[in-house]
Amino acid sequence: MKNNKYKKALTGGAAAAEALRQINPDVAPVYPITPQTPIIETFAKFCADGKARTEIMTAESEHSAISAAVGSQAAGARTVTATSSQGLALMNEILYIASGMRLPIVMLISARALSAPINIHGDHSDVMGARDTGWIQLFSENSQEVYDNTIIGTKLAERSELPIMVIMDGFTTSHSVENLEMLPDGTVRKFVGRYKNKEALLNVKKPHTFGPVSLPDSYFELKIDQDEAMKEVLKNYEETAGEFKEVSGRDYELIEEYRAKDADHILVLIGSTAGTAKDVVDNIREKGEKVGLVKIKLFRPFPYKEVAVAVSKAKSIAVMDRSISFGSVPPLYSEIINSVKDCDLRVASYVYALGGRDIFTKDIERVFEDLISGNISDKTEYLNAKTQ
Amino acid sequence: MKFYKDTLEIIFFARAGQGAKSAAEILAQAAVAEGKHIQAFPYYGPERSGAPTKAYVRISSRPIRTHEPITDPDLVVVMDDTLLKTENVTKNLDENESLIVNTKKTEEEIRKLAKGFKGNIKTIDAIGIAEDTIGQPRPNGVMLGKIVSVIKVVKLENVFDQFRKIFEKKVGKAITQKNILAIERGHDSL
Repeated sequence: MKNNKYKKALTGGAAAAEALRQINPDVAPVYPITPQTPIIETFAKFCADGKARTEIMTAESEHSAISAAVGSQAAGARTVTATSSQGLALMNEILYIASGMRLPIVMLISARALSAPINIHGDHSDVMGARDTGWIQLFSENSQEVYDNTIIGTKLAERSELPIMVIMDGFTTSHSVENLEMLPDGTVRKFVGRYKNKEALLNVKKPHTFGPVSLPDSYFELKIDQDEAMKEVLKNYEETAGEFKEVSGRDYELIEEYRAKDADHILVLIGSTAGTAKDVVDNIREKGEKVGLVKIKLFRPFPYKEVAVAVSKAKSIAVMDRSISFGSVPPLYSEIINSVKDCDLRVASYVYALGGRDIFTKDIERVFEDLISGNISDKTEYLNAKTQ
Repeated sequence: MKFYKDTLEIIFFARAGQGAKSAAEILAQAAVAEGKHIQAFPYYGPERSGAPTKAYVRISSRPIRTHEPITDPDLVVVMDDTLLKTENVTKNLDENESLIVNTKKTEEEIRKLAKGFKGNIKTIDAIGIAEDTIGQPRPNGVMLGKIVSVIKVVKLENVFDQFRKIFEKKVGKAITQKNILAIERGHDSL
């Protein structure tokens, strides 16, 4: 690895903060929560040191922070915030307002378990709980992806006129120091450009109303429009990621396929565990079994077609979820079942690492062993849980 | 068994407040300065001063993708010898691998506590050296020096550089210089 000043080692939280510094948003209303801490702590320091000119607003709760973000973005300012867990849950009411008003707010999320019982550790319960709020959801595997997704996500949100959650795994990514290659400040600033809002509350020459009442004669169509806008995000993502590749050399497709093209058995999952799974895939491939991985990056909108194409030739696939949908099937599994309804393959469901439970190589090996031996349960299995 | 044998994996066993997380990060950043791929991450638990904690470091010439905690270390660093009684610090540590312990005890005494471990044991009175050089019972710098002398994974100058980079602004030049002396004394100790 050649040494240059853009090659660094940072926590996921600090990587997000570096991207925010380079993007230099206008406003950041914030309220602290673990494990989001390294994001805003680092970014606020950049602002205090004059390295970014963002106005940091300290709110009295997450509900207020996101409400201020809605006001600020509607006024015409590029606005960012960050949260986790209970903070995201408390924001819930306003998340729908941000998306319904088509405000491209960027929110960094360090994904964490939800209470009760109290648990500060990583899982996907918080972000999965917000999956139907009309926000784009873009997941990251490591510090590099957190950095890149923050930059891509800002442009994608503004291009789509929809808010975005740029998500990293709490602690595993937010607090781990990993290598990454940054881009020059000027490159990032040019890539995201100046925020040009089509309509703004404070555009005195052409004032607009945001979020007025919409009665039964119009509400329905507005929601259909919103869904159409969300579906457009898939195309917008490809365009934005393509532009990002031109400036960074890093290629981010809608889904990441790792040794999946000729694989008989494919694992599908989201987030930092994809890294561990890639090592497992290589290990099992050396033993002669054709296994592969499909990593989901965009969860909203969900890339149904791309997933179907990626797994269509496999004999069986396993889906690993890091959250539970009580009384239903796990969220990612549900989406994958919908993606493969026309494919002839078996699909296994696993839940792992709730509330920060460790996930080991041996757990992922066990999933592949189940697929290879045809030991596919109709029920969701729990990895490394004490019930087994 | 380890899949990537070219990745060096270190576990620090410490008590919260002893600076294991900082030591892990300084070592990792020194490796970054030498063009290596790294990971440095703490055990994610509530940090109560004095509670047992862990920090992990991976250093490799190849990109590191895994995010599992280290289960099969090449080196174990124990910052407080009372942890030898409560934690299984030598789990999966083989006879060609090393255990470094901050202690006033001798190597033989530590070997008795190390549950049948047959590999290399290095002891160092890091707190004594730290009190002598820095005037504070902070073992992490001394231990960093010792780690470098035992496994030679990075150049000592790069550890000094990273210490300066991370701490000089916070603690000032005089205290930084004392800490660098502590790292050096840890390195040069027998």
